Amino acid sequence: MMKEYFFNMADKVINTLSNDEHLTLSINGEDSEFIRINNAKVRQLGTVTDATIGMELIKNSRKIEMSFTIQRDVDKDFKLIIDYLDIMRKNIQSLPEDPLCIIPEDHGSLDEEYTGDLLNTKDSVESLLPVMSGVDLIGIWASGDVFVGNANSAGQKNWFSTQTFSLDYSLINPLRKMVKETYAGTHWDQSDYENFVNLSKEKLLMLNEKSRKIEPGSYRTYIASAGVSDLIDMFSWGGVSENAIRKGRSSFIKMRESGESLSPCFSLKEDFSSGTVPRFNSNGEIADNELPLIINGALKNTLISTRTANEYKLSSNFASQGEYLRSPVMQEGNISEQDVLSELDTGVYLSNLHYLNWSDQLGGRVTGMTRYACFWVENGEIISPIDDMRFDDTIYNFFGNNLESVTDKLRLNPSVGTYGGRNLGGVHCPGIILKSFALTL
Amino acid sequence: MNLVDTINKLDLDADWLGLREYRENTTYHVIRDKNPLTNETSIDHGLMVEVLKDGQFGYCGTSDLSFNGIQKAATNALDSAVKASKHSVFSFNDSVRPGSKGQYITPLELPFDTLSAGEINDILMKANEWLLIDDRIMSVSAMAMLVETTINYACSNGSDIQQKINIVGSDYSATAKNGNIIQTRTDGRSGNQMGLERFNQDLVREKCNKVSTQVLELIEADQCPTGTMSLVLAPDQMMLQIHESIGHPLEIDRILGDERNYAGWSFVGLEDFGKLKYGSDIMNITFDPTIENEMASYGFDDGGFKASKQHIIKDGILMRGLGALESQERSDIPAVANFRSCSWNRAPIDRMANLNLEPGNSSFDDIISSVEYGVYMETNRSWSIDDYRNKFQFGSEYGKLIENGKITKTLRDPNYRAITVPFWNSLAKVGNKETFEVHGTPNCGKGEPNQVIRVGHASPVCLFDDIQVFGGA
Repeated sequence: MMKEYFFNMADKVINTLSNDEHLTLSINGEDSEFIRINNAKVRQLGTVTDATIGMELIKNSRKIEMSFTIQRDVDKDFKLIIDYLDIMRKNIQSLPEDPLCIIPEDHGSLDEEYTGDLLNTKDSVESLLPVMSGVDLIGIWASGDVFVGNANSAGQKNWFSTQTFSLDYSLINPLRKMVKETYAGTHWDQSDYENFVNLSKEKLLMLNEKSRKIEPGSYRTYIASAGVSDLIDMFSWGGVSENAIRKGRSSFIKMRESGESLSPCFSLKEDFSSGTVPRFNSNGEIADNELPLIINGALKNTLISTRTANEYKLSSNFASQGEYLRSPVMQEGNISEQDVLSELDTGVYLSNLHYLNWSDQLGGRVTGMTRYACFWVENGEIISPIDDMRFDDTIYNFFGNNLESVTDKLRLNPSVGTYGGRNLGGVHCPGIILKSFALTL
Repeated sequence: MNLVDTINKLDLDADWLGLREYRENTTYHVIRDKNPLTNETSIDHGLMVEVLKDGQFGYCGTSDLSFNGIQKAATNALDSAVKASKHSVFSFNDSVRPGSKGQYITPLELPFDTLSAGEINDILMKANEWLLIDDRIMSVSAMAMLVETTINYACSNGSDIQQKINIVGSDYSATAKNGNIIQTRTDGRSGNQMGLERFNQDLVREKCNKVSTQVLELIEADQCPTGTMSLVLAPDQMMLQIHESIGHPLEIDRILGDERNYAGWSFVGLEDFGKLKYGSDIMNITFDPTIENEMASYGFDDGGFKASKQHIIKDGILMRGLGALESQERSDIPAVANFRSCSWNRAPIDRMANLNLEPGNSSFDDIISSVEYGVYMETNRSWSIDDYRNKFQFGSEYGKLIENGKITKTLRDPNYRAITVPFWNSLAKVGNKETFEVHGTPNCGKGEPNQVIRVGHASPVCLFDDIQVFGGA
């Protein structure tokens, strides 16, 4: 329904343009239920119906953008669009020319609609809560439709919509130790869900031992897939962006300018084949299904938006405007997950990381915390949980010289963030075994 | 839209009903390397309906502002409340949504329509030129952010509140290169409630001169030394320090566990209020939504609770938390008016608003002259802290070495790490009013579903003893 609404609206609006006006229209929206849970009970809950239309107008080499919440009423929204377009036309005249602006083109169109089988909202509380009984569970349930589309005055039209759910949760024991899980998908299966939560409860039992305080220092370390996905996420923030490299704000500058490389065990690509995110960006440009970024430790490609391509006379690979990773996949290795403890032998097992930030972006150094189920391992056996530790180490160490091996199973770490709306996609990655990892506090 | 009339017309079997209409116009202008990068306005407009039934609140956020749309949203909110009322974390009544009436309007000198988009672009283009003073400067950027927020709130037990908030933010940044050393200096990406007086050209030029001069210092500077030493923090680094190591751990909803799956828990327990020696005797922290021009000043929170200044930490002792009326009911800790949401599509939760360190009596010279060996740090650039808010590591853009009571040279890549309570108990000097600055950031993330909200932090310059300091990779 929203697809028809949007493309009809786009046609009407584009028909009002003069010959020297170029317009890209976009839409982002969701119909979601959110249930916030604390101690296996409901803290807050409700529904949100939200959609925003964005417009980018280019005229006489000048560009202006505007976005606004729509009411989903064709007549009211069309009037709003025309009013705002008039404001944009007035303001654009006073702006300086933008030699890097991107005139919309027709690159071909995509239409992807994924239909799910979601839990009915009237049943959600009674379906979710019973299996949580007897344990301190906290988390967020998010479920419903998400849609993204754009159309431009050159004739291109793209649409992506999906129906998804996720329960992102933590289980907590009386020692304040936690297990983190995400149950996510597109087709609800009550018994599968209950089995999943029950398995989490079993994992929590592993944390009943008193935790051990370890001293700052360098340790052999295993980082599970969820933690690795947080480290890869850092590449979206002053990492793999070509613009950030050119402007002196990227941890990848060492790879570009000083001949540094990562480990031969480390390969990373953008890969849209899972269909969890749209392949088109906000300009409507459609990226290739795959783009190798780092192959066996060597920087092969960066993410290049068309604006960056215009600025530095490069070829665009139709990255997003912010040149962040949209569908990253790290290549798996050859260590079985069952052999991780024996391969680690003695050291630290980290399931999750928390609150990462560059502590020296140009040097590639990242700091953050261990969180959730993290253990001290001796002679291939888990001895006890550990107290939370701060790490501070560089990508050139943990994805470079100190990367010893990579597990053979890719796991999807779904993006369950909801800033500004429900996120899509996630990071596919394996776990990693490090010869050494710097724990500092 | 008259919210009181709408409430009276709605047909709903609820114990309480509230409507919050939220409209926010945000405009960004950015000129980067003398090319316009952004001229964008976003208009966020919708309505949050909150309903209380049998002790449970349910909500529905809708952008359909017709009466039928609001009626439908109210029914949805009621359905949510009803289905969860047997499974509530806490059974509330309408005392947590007091009936209040009033207005709040940001005081400002120059309204937003006193400069056109083109005139602001002209100033930012000039700022680019003022920043580009040397061939070693490889990239510059100038940003203006203008936010106009209108929040109208009414509820079935008598609230009728109108608030109009204007926020202006700006930043001027330069990145410079010397061999393989690259450094970025910014103006701190801060913001305040104010008008377009922020873009006075003399003021902008002064800020750009500071940024460009200091980035050239940084590419010639030594690496920050490693060791345990005195640490002096400027107000624009104290902003982050207060935010992460005082604000978040004292949010009562965190202490009650609501955030354990996302932002985290807290090392502070309910039993610590009135007892915990959080910091040294000269540490005084206030929740103060009444400071003119601070980013998160307002008259009422999003639950209709009237805002007032409260001491949170007095003479180093933890006195009160950052929890609003719902948290007060759950915890018995006296409330502050900090029940806030980022928009119409998110439910309010305990947030920080303005959290400030009150000035002491040391001048800047007193502080520096008392340091035998240490580092002075300005402008946050890196931040990370654990989920209980104990172990933190922060970094700054710009450092100065202090030797024998004097500032001797510029340092690049300064960082420090510590644990919250020992750190605040090492607070040795608090700067006076002359060193006091009011800052704010629009980027505080918290909550599930996630919300990013604006907070204000004001502080003087402060000295801390025996802190782990170190440099870059």
